[in-house]
Amino acid sequence: MKSGSNLEKIFSAGKFAVTAECGPPKSADGNVIVDKAKLLSGVVDAANITDNQTAVVRLCSMVSAHLAADNGLEPIMQMTCRDRNRLAMQADILGAAALGIKNILCLTGDHGSFGNHPQAKGVFDLDSVQLIRMYKNMRDEKIFDCGEEISVAPQLYIGCAENPFADPFEFRALRLKKKVNAGVDFIQTQCIFNIPKFKKWMEEVRALGLHKEVKIMAGLTPLKGAGMAKYMKNFVPGMDVPDAIVERMAAVEKGEPQQAEGKKIAVEMIKELAEVEGVAGVHIMAVEWEIAVPEIVAAAGLSPRPAVA
Amino acid sequence: MITAERKPLDELLAMLEGKDKVLVAGCDTCVAVCLTGGEKEAEILASELRIKAKAEGRSVQIEHTSAIRQCEWEYLDMIAAKVAEFPVVLSMACGIGIQSMAEKFADAYVLPAVNTNMLGMPQEHAVWLERCGACGDCLLADTGGICPVVRCSKSLMNGPCGGSHAGLCEVTGPNKEEIPCAWALIYDKLIAQGRQDKLMEITPPKDWSKSSSGGPRKMVREEAKPV
Amino acid sequence: MADHDFEPEIIVFACHYCAYAAADLAGSMRLQYPTNIRMIKLPCTGKLEIIHLLKALEAGADGVYAAGCMEGECHYLKGNLWARKRVEYAKTLLVELGIEPERVEMYNMSSAMGARFAEVANEFTERIRQLGPSPLRGDGAALDVVPATVAATAEEGQPT
Repeated sequence: MKSGSNLEKIFSAGKFAVTAECGPPKSADGNVIVDKAKLLSGVVDAANITDNQTAVVRLCSMVSAHLAADNGLEPIMQMTCRDRNRLAMQADILGAAALGIKNILCLTGDHGSFGNHPQAKGVFDLDSVQLIRMYKNMRDEKIFDCGEEISVAPQLYIGCAENPFADPFEFRALRLKKKVNAGVDFIQTQCIFNIPKFKKWMEEVRALGLHKEVKIMAGLTPLKGAGMAKYMKNFVPGMDVPDAIVERMAAVEKGEPQQAEGKKIAVEMIKELAEVEGVAGVHIMAVEWEIAVPEIVAAAGLSPRPAVA
Repeated sequence: MITAERKPLDELLAMLEGKDKVLVAGCDTCVAVCLTGGEKEAEILASELRIKAKAEGRSVQIEHTSAIRQCEWEYLDMIAAKVAEFPVVLSMACGIGIQSMAEKFADAYVLPAVNTNMLGMPQEHAVWLERCGACGDCLLADTGGICPVVRCSKSLMNGPCGGSHAGLCEVTGPNKEEIPCAWALIYDKLIAQGRQDKLMEITPPKDWSKSSSGGPRKMVREEAKPV
Repeated sequence: MADHDFEPEIIVFACHYCAYAAADLAGSMRLQYPTNIRMIKLPCTGKLEIIHLLKALEAGADGVYAAGCMEGECHYLKGNLWARKRVEYAKTLLVELGIEPERVEMYNMSSAMGARFAEVANEFTERIRQLGPSPLRGDGAALDVVPATVAATAEEGQPT
């Protein structure tokens, strides 16, 4: 065991993993995290605690992760290269490990121009690939980036993200291989709407044998309405939403029926994605709609979550 | 070349408040080529400042001059007599020239008229693109001659990130312009060169101590120093 | 407050191939146009510099316009298009100076358009009359130096 986290144990036991996303508030109100943690505890194996998501200032991911853990939800602490240099990223991971946080997700981070402080200096001292390698070296070689020894190394389960729908498409699986070579343990994909394209990417991933080296979690976002589907299709960078999905959402009455349809699509997609060879789990990103997650997980036949020792 | 843009007039007027004897000093090298701060632009700015003063009924003495290069002492000697006539100098040179002026003419109050913005390449007449970050540790050999430090919005060393779409960056420029994805360009170039293997190498963290993170830099060429 | 009764001082930068000839034609056709305009002949409006427009205003002109050939008809191919861009840029400078950008303008006409020349002169003079005197207006004497300024720049052969 690298970290002994619940997520790692689920994978080690050969179980299909389920993770969700848990966004900290734009305030000092830790109860928001406490409530979300209670909602998701036992429903998923672990949850991502986002780190200034979309470059908007929020309650920090380390403290939020700690609050989640205290309330029964295993955190996957996100760490972006946008806001910290290599000193801060190493210091934070030592602190997180000291708090008992075991899962870490290494991200370059959304560009600052998308957020609420576009005047901020973007750090980008490292990129996500370099961050993965630095944390792996901290854990396995017990060394800091400068080469100095760490007396008590952090025990980490290292994750990252990958977008199968970005360009150049021919390089996306190869870029995952770079991350695997850097030492990543699990990956979560950008949310999938275009299943045929995802399957094509997975073919390339399997051809490279990566599914045997890293746990691949298919990312998915339940749609709350047709408006959201259209917005994601047209305005969210790196998103590939087929017209058929937008039309299917729009064909249903607004409000409750559309929400139900969104959940139904999510459940169908989970079932289809779970059948894809090499997919080891699903990551549900219900943006500000965490309340829908328990129902979706149950309807997909993934409840209750297995207990692993 | 170094490029710069003139500061907004209001900012210049605020700087010059209460100052009625001003020399606008152009520089006929980089900022002249980028049509921002050469002699011609210095003359235009001086005229603008006189128009503003006249319209407000203020009596001022505002003239212009220009140095071949404000960043070199020899060329500053050539305008020294003119500068001596004015207590305030509004320099249209890049940040280097402005500081040379301030250092050379210690009695003058030297003010900046431009914002120096990049080391850019003239892509076509009147269009400049950022091309170099002066990072002190050039890696163009590994990236097909395309600089990820300044041409990738996130300065990725192992790109492209998930925001690369159809050859474009997910970020749009300050003037809403589309930005080509540097890593899409690097990818195409390395493939064309038959260097696929290069793309698979993990580029280690960059040594930023060779950049401004290491403190102000100094370059000395001992063999070229006068004897 | 605008003084609509005043007589504006207007500088016209006229292209040798069109507007300047059109002015001659207007004269021989005995067309009425205001005496407010002072013409400076250019070999082409492409010779017009931004500084010329500013210098004219600085010298106290209430308005300045350039009159070049019809677009597509420039003797030097694109001189009139460059002039239009420079006039547009000068307008942005006036905006930041808090002066009405309408005080500068670009017109196009051919040498055969004597009537159009007179019409433009009337139209622009009326526009400036409506705007009122320039805040830089003097006694008019300073305007006499404007042609010399242009000639000086032309002799220096500065790049455009």
